[in-house]
Amino acid sequence: MNISVAIDGVPQEALPSASEAGPASKRIVVAYGFWIFLLSDFVMFAALFASYAVLVHATAGGPTGAQLFNQVTVAIETACLLVSSYTCGLMSLAINSRRYLRTYLAALITFVLGAAFVTLELREFASMIAIGATPERSAFLSAFFTLVGCHGLHVTLGLIWLVVMMVQLAVMGFDATVQRRLLCFSLFWHALDIVWVALFTVVYLMGVSP
Amino acid sequence: MTEARYDRAPGDRPSREMQAAAPSPVLVYTTGLFLAVLLTAISFWAANTSLLWPGGVALGLAVLAIAQMGVHLVFFLHITTGPESTNNVLALAFGVLIVFVVVVGSMWIIADLNQNMLMPSAEPMNLQMQH
Repeated sequence: MNISVAIDGVPQEALPSASEAGPASKRIVVAYGFWIFLLSDFVMFAALFASYAVLVHATAGGPTGAQLFNQVTVAIETACLLVSSYTCGLMSLAINSRRYLRTYLAALITFVLGAAFVTLELREFASMIAIGATPERSAFLSAFFTLVGCHGLHVTLGLIWLVVMMVQLAVMGFDATVQRRLLCFSLFWHALDIVWVALFTVVYLMGVSP
Repeated sequence: MTEARYDRAPGDRPSREMQAAAPSPVLVYTTGLFLAVLLTAISFWAANTSLLWPGGVALGLAVLAIAQMGVHLVFFLHITTGPESTNNVLALAFGVLIVFVVVVGSMWIIADLNQNMLMPSAEPMNLQMQH
């Protein structure tokens, strides 16, 4: 939003067209680069999704998805991640208007919901491992733990990133560098929610539907 | 037609000159949340109901998931069709193409291999004729 605020202050006739405007601002370049990284992350998840889809019936006589998955847990996890994506959006609005209190509050809610998601997922994994459904039990379970665990790892890294960003915000204030990093964080967080939509549909809902 | 003066960073909202009549940003996020919750609720309902033909549920779930991803892209990531967002959309389109090739290609190839493995081995020539 920095750039648009800057544009608004200048009469439009004075601005050259995109091809004559020179290099884009650092905010645009950084966010675009991070966007490319996120798309490559989607491609990596696509490979994991493909391996899961191929191996979903290779249960080797072990437990199937319909016996293992608890839809109530999945629904709560989905709600946590969806609402945290919403509060992350509200946080980026607070950042654009440079309001400290709202930013910290939205970041806190985002963090708590994300941590609740990770906790629920770890409890689900623990209960599965407790009844013998470990990753080495069957190819299906290997693919399941790889795919869902990889997403959970991303969420965990996002939580650490959020804490680091809040410390940077407290120390450095609304610096342009901090704002760019926070923009990248919100892109990352929304992208993780998109991956989760594919994940709960393919793994949990299609796995238990009649 | 307004000419694109600058590209827009992905995740940034449209600049103020283009959203003179646009709704407030909080309303955009809230609309996105509402639509996403609605689509998620329909997905969970469709997976558990016995009212629908079971054969069509998986396809319906896939459609709902793709629709929800679109909602997230438009309302949370602010991907638009505007000229300042062209680069973002092109990169996204390429990413979606690769994702599609990897997922559908893998499933297609492996399903084909599985089918060939299950075929009676007495008539290998007929197998070739079918494809």
